[in-house]
Amino acid sequence: MAEADSTHEAHWQRTKNLTIITLIIWFIFAFGVHWFAPQLNSITFLGFPLGFYMAGQGSLFAFVVIIFWFARAQNKIDEEFGVAEDENEDE
Amino acid sequence: MKGDFIQNLGKIYGLYTGGFLLFIILMAILEQAGVSPDTIGYLFVGFTIAIYALIGVLSRTMATDQYYVAGRQVPALYNGMATAADWMSGASFVAMAGGIYFGGYGYMAFLVGWTGGYVLVASLMAPYLRKFGCYTVPDFIGTRYGGNFARLCAVIVLVVASFTYVTAQINATGTVAARALQIPFEVGVWFGLAGILVCSMLGGMRAVTWTQVAQYIVLIIAYIVPVVWMSNKSGFGLIPQLAYGDAVHRVQELEALHQVGALKPTETFGGLAALVNPINAPGDTLMAKWKFATLVLCMMCGTASLPHVLMRYFTTPSVRSARISVGWSILFIFLLYFTAPALATFTKLSLLDPNLATGIIGKSIADVNALQWIQKWAAVDFLKVSDSNGDGILQINELFMRADIVVLATPEIAGLPYVISGLVAAGGMAAAMSTADGLLLAIANALSHDLYYKIIDPKAETKTRLVVARILLLGVGAAGAFVASLKLTSILGAVAWAFDFACSGLFFPLVLGIWWKRANREGAIAGMVGGFVAGSAYLYYVYFAGGTPWFGIDHLRFGVIGMPVSLVLMIVVSLMTEEPDEETQRMVDAVRTPRGGTVLDATH
Repeated sequence: MAEADSTHEAHWQRTKNLTIITLIIWFIFAFGVHWFAPQLNSITFLGFPLGFYMAGQGSLFAFVVIIFWFARAQNKIDEEFGVAEDENEDE
Repeated sequence: MKGDFIQNLGKIYGLYTGGFLLFIILMAILEQAGVSPDTIGYLFVGFTIAIYALIGVLSRTMATDQYYVAGRQVPALYNGMATAADWMSGASFVAMAGGIYFGGYGYMAFLVGWTGGYVLVASLMAPYLRKFGCYTVPDFIGTRYGGNFARLCAVIVLVVASFTYVTAQINATGTVAARALQIPFEVGVWFGLAGILVCSMLGGMRAVTWTQVAQYIVLIIAYIVPVVWMSNKSGFGLIPQLAYGDAVHRVQELEALHQVGALKPTETFGGLAALVNPINAPGDTLMAKWKFATLVLCMMCGTASLPHVLMRYFTTPSVRSARISVGWSILFIFLLYFTAPALATFTKLSLLDPNLATGIIGKSIADVNALQWIQKWAAVDFLKVSDSNGDGILQINELFMRADIVVLATPEIAGLPYVISGLVAAGGMAAAMSTADGLLLAIANALSHDLYYKIIDPKAETKTRLVVARILLLGVGAAGAFVASLKLTSILGAVAWAFDFACSGLFFPLVLGIWWKRANREGAIAGMVGGFVAGSAYLYYVYFAGGTPWFGIDHLRFGVIGMPVSLVLMIVVSLMTEEPDEETQRMVDAVRTPRGGTVLDATH
């Protein structure tokens, strides 16, 4: 039981760290970049004013990437600690 | 076909998509053959609703886990499509591009908020709630914190938030049905409700899931085809979303030329607005930045607390697939959301550019009034041209429109065939119906499972429970249609409110229930009641009592008031009262570990 507890603790610690990193990146794209939109607009990116681009497309795309990345990373952690579900549960 | 339904999903929906494309081509041929636009609109809406109804009837079930969570066997990809349809409402489909057209940069806070919220769903909520194995969101609150009162509080917040939202959706189905079928709005609302209920009555979550996948396919085709067509026609290529940067620069020049923002309208027409916000003018003041950030925050936390979204992730086969499914959801949502600003930009360009044949600003009023699409939309009060300063020329502050027009009228402004307008109507209907279905089911399930079965009659038999669930669905739907037929609020106001209600009352009790073992019943109740009451009281103060907003926090952002109250109360009260018992703490540990069975058993 003690061993199971320590595995559980270590797994949860890694999960927390991953979640915090995810939320920091999320915060940057959710709030950080838009705070500086007027300044970013003087930069042209893919033909767009960058401030507009981030609110209309850039941040949105970043969120898609973050979630897929997060799902993969969390899955790796689960497998490493042997707490992932069996493969056949997916079908 | 060999194998069961789930194994053949790819084939089935592939055939369905092909069939829908053939149907569009058939309609185009009929249009060429001289069939009237009215008939084509009728066929589009009628045919798609008939398909959804068929799926709804085929998915009927009398098993509780099928009815509440689709048997937990929806693959991640398809759950992603269903969530996207569940999520993208009539407002997303019909009003978002118009919102960007009129609201400019500030409105794009909705785009950021309604996508970024899914990062919170994926990292803080969905996988853990899936592991928990609940049927509804109050089911989690009631079991984690224990006691009927906590469960009841969650039911109340859920019902208020979702009901505000669902009236807007039934309103939208009514609007589309009324226009496509040429019936009065008050009748259209009930017709729309009938379409919604036929998808969910017999099969609950199982039926809603498979109709939502079908509805997503219709709505995304209907949104993207006209934009691509228009963009290709005006020389921006087949992937306009990547190529409209130059159009943004050009629109900024044109807005300066036409003095957008400097010329204020001198008249008002109910429900119509003139353009005063430039497309890309983020304010450099602290207030403007704060307003953008607070709206983003409320929409994000609301996304992560709205039960009709969260309950979609209860249907996946595993915790792992729940996480991936959030990724698919946001990818499918992204496809529409990154198209909306492109559409708004093209519409602006075509109306403002004097070098284009479609440009009307700066033309003579008489010429503009002679245009067919202007006459058509003016006749139904969606648009008004008024020569306020009497100079005979149309200025930017003399063209008044409803925001919906940007999506609905674009095919006509750009001179596309009518078949495209019929397609857009079918897409708008699909978007509104799918969201309404998800919301009605969330409300009815909370009332039947949490209020009736868990609180009022825990000994009720399966059959009785499912009959009660259906009666409640019917009742809630009828109440929603009745309120919608009264036309009380504008669509947008109501939608944003739902997010604020949800995040005020539910965000922290849900998050802390998973992430903070020390959170207990008293704290959760204080958090739900305090946050919800504070948010609602502020909404009343700022919207109904005409109070001055504090720090620019208007009625769209009242979650900024509710959430901190909820957080502080929940922490303080939890710490002041007893620690949760060992069983509860073990439950939280189990939720945090993907392996092993659900905390609640499959047919609780």
